[in-house]
Amino acid sequence: MAKILMKGNEAIAEAAIRAGCQAYFGYPITPQTELLEYMSRRMVELGRVFLQAESELSAINMVYGAACAGARVMTSTSSPGFSLMQEGISYIVCSEVPAVVINVMRGGPGLGNIQPAQGDYFQMTKGGGHGDYNVIVLAPTTLQEAIDLTILAFDLADKYRSLVTIIADGMIGQIMEPVELPEIEPPQRPEQPWALTGAKGREKNIITSLYLGGLPLEKVNLRLQETLEEIKGNEVRYAEYMLEGAEIVVVAYGTAGRIAQTAIKEAREEGIPAGLFRPITMFPFPYDRLDEVAKGVEHLLVFELNAGQMLEDVHLATRDRLPIHFYGKMGGVVPSPAEVLAEIEKIASPQRGER
Amino acid sequence: MHEQIIISGFGGQGALFAGQVLTYAGLKEGRNVTWLPSYGPEMRGGTARCTVTLSDEPIGSPITDSPTVVIAMNPPSMEMFEPRVKPGGFLFVNSSIVSTDSTRKDITTIQVPANDIAEELGNERMANMVLLGALIRATGVISMKSATVALEENLPERRRHLLPLNEKALRQGAEVVEKVARG
Repeated sequence: MAKILMKGNEAIAEAAIRAGCQAYFGYPITPQTELLEYMSRRMVELGRVFLQAESELSAINMVYGAACAGARVMTSTSSPGFSLMQEGISYIVCSEVPAVVINVMRGGPGLGNIQPAQGDYFQMTKGGGHGDYNVIVLAPTTLQEAIDLTILAFDLADKYRSLVTIIADGMIGQIMEPVELPEIEPPQRPEQPWALTGAKGREKNIITSLYLGGLPLEKVNLRLQETLEEIKGNEVRYAEYMLEGAEIVVVAYGTAGRIAQTAIKEAREEGIPAGLFRPITMFPFPYDRLDEVAKGVEHLLVFELNAGQMLEDVHLATRDRLPIHFYGKMGGVVPSPAEVLAEIEKIASPQRGER
Repeated sequence: MHEQIIISGFGGQGALFAGQVLTYAGLKEGRNVTWLPSYGPEMRGGTARCTVTLSDEPIGSPITDSPTVVIAMNPPSMEMFEPRVKPGGFLFVNSSIVSTDSTRKDITTIQVPANDIAEELGNERMANMVLLGALIRATGVISMKSATVALEENLPERRRHLLPLNEKALRQGAEVVEKVARG
């Protein structure tokens, strides 16, 4: 099939449509607004639901409602909007209904700016809202990967009856590159005996996130944790680049992963044995595989567009058995491959001196 | 081939669109391509630029601080990107409004009076295509034919009537380079 040129936000929107997204609720915020705009055109053409809510709080609760009714549903936003959605996300998770949320991250904290950033890593991977929960977090690097992961997000949401998020950033949202859009048959969704479809001829279903009294809520929590264990067992994903013979391994995801890839190629051309480990699921984080990778190397360099958030997971994965370096930029500043290469060179130079 | 091209100017000068034409043409020629805008609350009068990557290999970073080719459409762009052009690379200067000259000996600098040429064509907004024409002729990163196909397929409906003028602007930009080559 021919490749076509698309902007990231539009590619994610079209992927959602092809995955059978039946309802979209959102509120505009740069740098993801084109996603909402694209949905406003296409969803209406297809006779599906598009609604621009009056706020992100409202949008996520509309998502909650549509998910309870059994619809394939999503919303998209950027960092400050994602913060506003946390209450609703916690309710959705507790209610065990499937939904997809796209976060095209921008510089923070606060209203911050509209440049690419990865400052929402903690919020996205460690819960974000109140209560004991995590959600699956998928990190695309290229637009093709963004399309594939968006489609996967809907299937995983159905499979685990949970919320699935895409952790993107302003660069992924704004870049244009060629993509192949898969033709998808109408999605085969699992049965939804729990959905609120009108209780004609059956017992009524109740979906709630309110469980007064201790024991019922503990039971819900135990079930949620059980699902998370299943997710950790089944869904860990990652990519590796030039790991063969690597002594310095860069750990980076999303846009940072893409920049690191170029830096590593240049390092190899200089004779520095560098490689890339790129988590694709930020939750569940690929702890075991990274631990294995780290066994064969001398240094890890964690590179993020934040102050060092995934860094904590890298420490956990490797239990600090080897030196872990960090390079990051905050507030929407995106370093060039040359700057990452300089960090790799710094780590490599004493080693090279010894030889 | 691995070219990273920055096109930079005031908002409204068509830097982003020129980059899209280049990107689309690169795709038509079977390259890997990316187009990355600098985005912001920038409308006409602010700064607008994009980085286009054309490569025979899968593209890692779509950003660079050492582009192989730069089009500087206005003075601030000249100031910012002239020092960053990769040695051996190309710098195209919109000499109608950029009065400074490059002092670098390790790059090829081509002065293109793009606004003047566009004005002669009857539409100052064709300056971006004049510069793109010069870039295509001097660097050969895409063919002129692919550029015209890209224009045909990307000009929005309401601008369709400007297609012949755009193509003429591309040719005039190419002629500037040919004149330089002839001395």
